Amino acid sequence: MTFLEGQAERQGIAIGASGDTRVRSASPAAHPATVATSEETPIKMTARKLSVFYGEKQALFDVSLDIPDRQIMAFIGPSGCGKSTFLRSLNRMNDTIAGCTMTGEVMVDGINIYDRVVDVVELRRRIGMVFQKPNPFPKSIYDNVAYGPRIHGLASSKEELDEIVQTCLARTGLLDEVSTRLHEPGTSLSGGQQQRLCIARAIAVSPDIILMDEPCSALDPIATARVEELMQELQKNYTIVIVTHNMQQAARVSQRTAFFHLGTLVEWGMTEQIFTSPVDDRTQGYITGRYG
Amino acid sequence: MSSLDQSLKVSGPGAAPDDAAAQRDRRSRRRKTANLRFKLYGLAAIVFAVGMLATLVVSLIMTGYPAFTQTMVRLDIELPASEIDAAAPSDANYGKFFRDALYGLFPEVKSPPQRRNIARLVTQDAEYMLRDTVVAYPSMIGKTHSIEFTASDILNQLHIGAIDRELPSDRRSISDAQIAWYDKLVAQGRIRAVFNTALFTEADSRHPEIAGLWGAITGSFYALMVCFILSFPMGIAAAVYLEEFAPKNRWTDLIEININNLAAVPSIVFGLLGLAVFLNFFGLPRSAPLVGGMVLALMTLPTIIIAGRAAIKAVPPSIRDAALGVGASAQQVAWHHTLPLAMPGILTGTIIGLAQALGETAPLLLIGMNAFITQQPGGILEPATALPTQIYIWADSPERGFVSRTSAAILVLLGFLVLMNGVAVWMRKRFERRW
Ligand SMILES: Nc1ncnc2c1ncn2[C@@H]1O[C@H](COP(=O)(O)OP(=O)(O)O)[C@@H](O)[C@H]1O
Ligand SMILES: [Mg+2]
Repeated sequence: MTFLEGQAERQGIAIGASGDTRVRSASPAAHPATVATSEETPIKMTARKLSVFYGEKQALFDVSLDIPDRQIMAFIGPSGCGKSTFLRSLNRMNDTIAGCTMTGEVMVDGINIYDRVVDVVELRRRIGMVFQKPNPFPKSIYDNVAYGPRIHGLASSKEELDEIVQTCLARTGLLDEVSTRLHEPGTSLSGGQQQRLCIARAIAVSPDIILMDEPCSALDPIATARVEELMQELQKNYTIVIVTHNMQQAARVSQRTAFFHLGTLVEWGMTEQIFTSPVDDRTQGYITGRYG
Repeated sequence: MSSLDQSLKVSGPGAAPDDAAAQRDRRSRRRKTANLRFKLYGLAAIVFAVGMLATLVVSLIMTGYPAFTQTMVRLDIELPASEIDAAAPSDANYGKFFRDALYGLFPEVKSPPQRRNIARLVTQDAEYMLRDTVVAYPSMIGKTHSIEFTASDILNQLHIGAIDRELPSDRRSISDAQIAWYDKLVAQGRIRAVFNTALFTEADSRHPEIAGLWGAITGSFYALMVCFILSFPMGIAAAVYLEEFAPKNRWTDLIEININNLAAVPSIVFGLLGLAVFLNFFGLPRSAPLVGGMVLALMTLPTIIIAGRAAIKAVPPSIRDAALGVGASAQQVAWHHTLPLAMPGILTGTIIGLAQALGETAPLLLIGMNAFITQQPGGILEPATALPTQIYIWADSPERGFVSRTSAAILVLLGFLVLMNGVAVWMRKRFERRW
């Protein structure tokens, strides 16, 4: 929190604890076809009228959405509908794509992350990311996890660093599997283990939020189950946003679901509601498998 | 097969089924012969290329191998203590000691012109070799020693069979008398052929029998060092900037096109540039490996930049994403991930670039690295030759001994090139894709 609060002070914005901001019943203008949530949940991130362009081509149209704190939110929708684009704009990974521009706002703890004073590097430490294809560094398992803490100076001694690595590997359930070969390359692990290693690497820099872009699409069912279990476990401490095109997965793991279609956010709300009584025909069509 | 036949038959409406089958047969036969012809063309091209290469190498070896042996003449030299001042041994008259020993072998020859013909059997530098030996080992003074001297070029050629003694005497460079003296020396067991170490340890000389490549090798080494030190960091910096940081716009496109074109600029143009800018404008020393290296760096730079960019491009974006995702800055991504992963590729390109530079002649001629220099350079500012320019000098020399030495020098240069390219290939194999 300290970093964003610092940024906020510089911006002259007063913010309270993140718990103060609540999901209010959504106004129809900002949230087309939104199922208003009955209970109030603290929110972590907010997107307002977010549009993203790749060169001339618009990939996202005026997306406004609230992401609840310490819950799992799933983005679903047919491929090419802009889920990844939206996810990547939440930690400014789109900045690295040449020709990618955006309008609108993304607020984290009340701070606009696209504000000039925000340090992108620190932002990405706070908002970790797990990618579709497991992408461990071609370094040892240990170094994969230790890299983030090292560059951010999170450990002052070798012992502290060892401690961080052990904890993170333990939290992802990898420690028992790899404790004897910490210094073998991370790329020598199986696909599922690699993905859990990537999750361990992401949590090693103690982020608040973890963004996952189809983290299980390259994994077999057993590894998938393992990662889903892990997400449930991590949800206690982290806000998790997961993109998936597996609707069973969204239904299994998430509390909230947002459905995207052709670059627009069609509908979002409690997962149960989205899956049992969607408001929009397109959502209905997608979850019943009529297209996708 | 039958269903395929049917479908093909159906697809040829109007034609009788048998007709269609015959046509299909013909077409497939034509395709097969075309394939075969194409393969044969390729094979012929390869056979031709390999044949040319083999011809080149074989002819080089045929002309070059005599240069790897050197004939030696053993003389018994008396070093009287009375005539050598042990405090200043270099002042003594070694020419006299040497001639005494040599002429002593042929007491019947008295006339000075005849004696000079005897002296022409041994290298003209013999007395200096003797002096240097005695200065190095003063304990030799006062005794008689059996010492081997490098034979002169004509005697060397005769001994290794490069001069045909059956030829009429006016058509060979060695006289009948000299052949007779040679036979006498052989009869006394004073002639011996040894491996020509001088070729690798001595610098250039007017006399082929004592001319070596060491000066050119050190000159080339210094020039390549300068070239590497300049072009490697600059090439990497440029490649990283262009790949990782540069915005994609008209200016960077222009730079990219120019770099690619630079790689195709004839090397003599770089030589002219070096002459005009480095020598005439900045007043750097002529013939110096420093200037040679700077000119070669200009030529190597585009190669390294192009290889570097290709290697950086080959690093999967997922690695960059991963690093950015844990909050690495662009600079950290480049230093910690992209560059280390691209380094084998960059080094391979660099070695190939340096190998090209090693063989480059034209620009070095323009900045004067083809001077006649009999000492190996002591540093990058001293005048020097390089391997290719040494070959150029020797190829231009009329003495018989330089003909084989030229081929030998080319073989040495080719050896270095093969070695460098071998290292590059090995590195490419060794570090191939680790992700
Ligand atoms: N780097 C890019 N450059 C140009 N267009 C892109 C890029 N990435 C995605 N797009 C386009 O943006 C749209 C949304 O893509 P994406 O967010 O990846 O969809 P999803 O993750 O839902 O499958 C697609 O039409 C895609 O072609
Ligand atoms: Mg996607």
